[in-house]
Amino acid sequence: MILTEFKPMEELLEKLKEEKKIFIMGCGGCPEGADTGGKAVLTNMKGEMEKEGKTVTGVIEIDFLCQKALIRSRIKPRLDEIKNADSVLVFSCGLGVQATSAVIDKVCYPALNTITFGGITGMWQGTERCDTCGDCILDWTGGICPYTACPKKLVNGACAGQSNGKCEIDPERDCGWELIYNSLKRIGKLDRLNKFIPPRDYAKILPSAALRKTRLWALDEEEIV
Amino acid sequence: MIMESIKKSKFEKNLRSGKFAVTCEIGPPKGAEVEEIKEAAEYLKDVADGINVTDLQSSVMRLGSLTTCSLLKEWGLDPIFQVTCRDRNRLALQSDLLSAYVMGIRNVLALTGDYTTIGDHPQAEPVFDIDSVQLLWTIKNLEEGKDLAGKELTQKPSFFKGAVVNPGADTEASYELQIIKMKKKIDQGAQFFQTQAIFDAEVFKRFMERVHKENIDVPILAGIILLKSERMANYMNKFVPGVFVPEPIVKKMEGTVDKVSMCIEIASRLIEEVKPYCAGVHIQALGWEKYISAVVKNLK
Repeated sequence: MILTEFKPMEELLEKLKEEKKIFIMGCGGCPEGADTGGKAVLTNMKGEMEKEGKTVTGVIEIDFLCQKALIRSRIKPRLDEIKNADSVLVFSCGLGVQATSAVIDKVCYPALNTITFGGITGMWQGTERCDTCGDCILDWTGGICPYTACPKKLVNGACAGQSNGKCEIDPERDCGWELIYNSLKRIGKLDRLNKFIPPRDYAKILPSAALRKTRLWALDEEEIV
Repeated sequence: MIMESIKKSKFEKNLRSGKFAVTCEIGPPKGAEVEEIKEAAEYLKDVADGINVTDLQSSVMRLGSLTTCSLLKEWGLDPIFQVTCRDRNRLALQSDLLSAYVMGIRNVLALTGDYTTIGDHPQAEPVFDIDSVQLLWTIKNLEEGKDLAGKELTQKPSFFKGAVVNPGADTEASYELQIIKMKKKIDQGAQFFQTQAIFDAEVFKRFMERVHKENIDVPILAGIILLKSERMANYMNKFVPGVFVPEPIVKKMEGTVDKVSMCIEIASRLIEEVKPYCAGVHIQALGWEKYISAVVKNLK
């Protein structure tokens, strides 16, 4: 099971401060088990958003958000609610946010941080990859993860090594920033590229201090205790 | 090493004075023999305002940039310390920046760095803990007397900070991203730019027009590579990320046996063409340092 945790409410509200109307999407897969999803969580968030004076145009839970075809078919009857929203708030791992962003032409805000894959990489693995960085920034990058789409993990824009939209390390591979630019252009949000993103906090992907001192090999043991 | 009290480098003073600046480049050797770079430094001493020292260029293991910068200083030149993010995490980068300052090195060029797999140690871990924009931000933090953890430094370093931009990006996305990233770099403290090598003056002119339109007024030095042969041109077109030599220049090289004269002619003409649009040139001689004085003689 992929483990996720809630983004701090303060951070989420800061991200959403310009957004008036929000559509909420939840993944019915891993987040249900991790207590970061499920009907109760989504309903609770709807209330929180309304408390902040925002309109929630709709709430939907889909079995798995890591599968684009499934998302497409399930949102079909709900397109009006999505169209009415300024943006989408997504309760899923990074894979789900990426798949959702690929399907919906709005900024998709991650409501969760992905902590670990716990041995699997999505119930319905697609082409998306999540780095389990524990500090999801997909809303800034058009739903494409710069940590997995760019070999240099660049977060403030492309390097000069790309050629014809392809990566300097492999002419077969798309430049991740080419994808990010085009995705933000598609949803009319190129201004998001101007934000300076500070260095990532690697402490967020490591196990807790207690687990760290036992080294990674002792994870199993810790879980049993 | 002696802590030097000088605040501004010779390169910074010259660039700020409005004089057309020339920077050159020295690639440290693979090994501990420094005679060859000493010889190159002799050729560059009187022609260059500043000397870039590459940081394991093309991801090939070599003598370090910091040590070579320190040698150049000893030999009376003004080094520009190139720092890439490929091989060091934020602890090592900050530490090396402090070391550079203590050694009297005042110019820094912040780069992302080539990927590890294009070099001679493809097995190495690519670090990229931070990127080039964040590196400039890091320097800014150090200059304000704090490290990235927010801890106070005993003395603040101070640098003349440069960055790189590619005027020849070939897709809409990559071109726009170069401009956006350039502005981010300026926001984080970049005080001058050196461009990726150009061979087409028109491409550079168009780029500079755009730069002016964006109200960017940081001095820009156009990147010039001394082209030694048509083989080198074809090699760069195929393998060097971000560099492109147009066909007519390749043909010119093919059509002559006197490669040195042709090299000087191509570079001199290019410099003449870009001169009205930029603050200076950055010349990469790649071993042909002795011909640089001929290339720049019309500038003096």
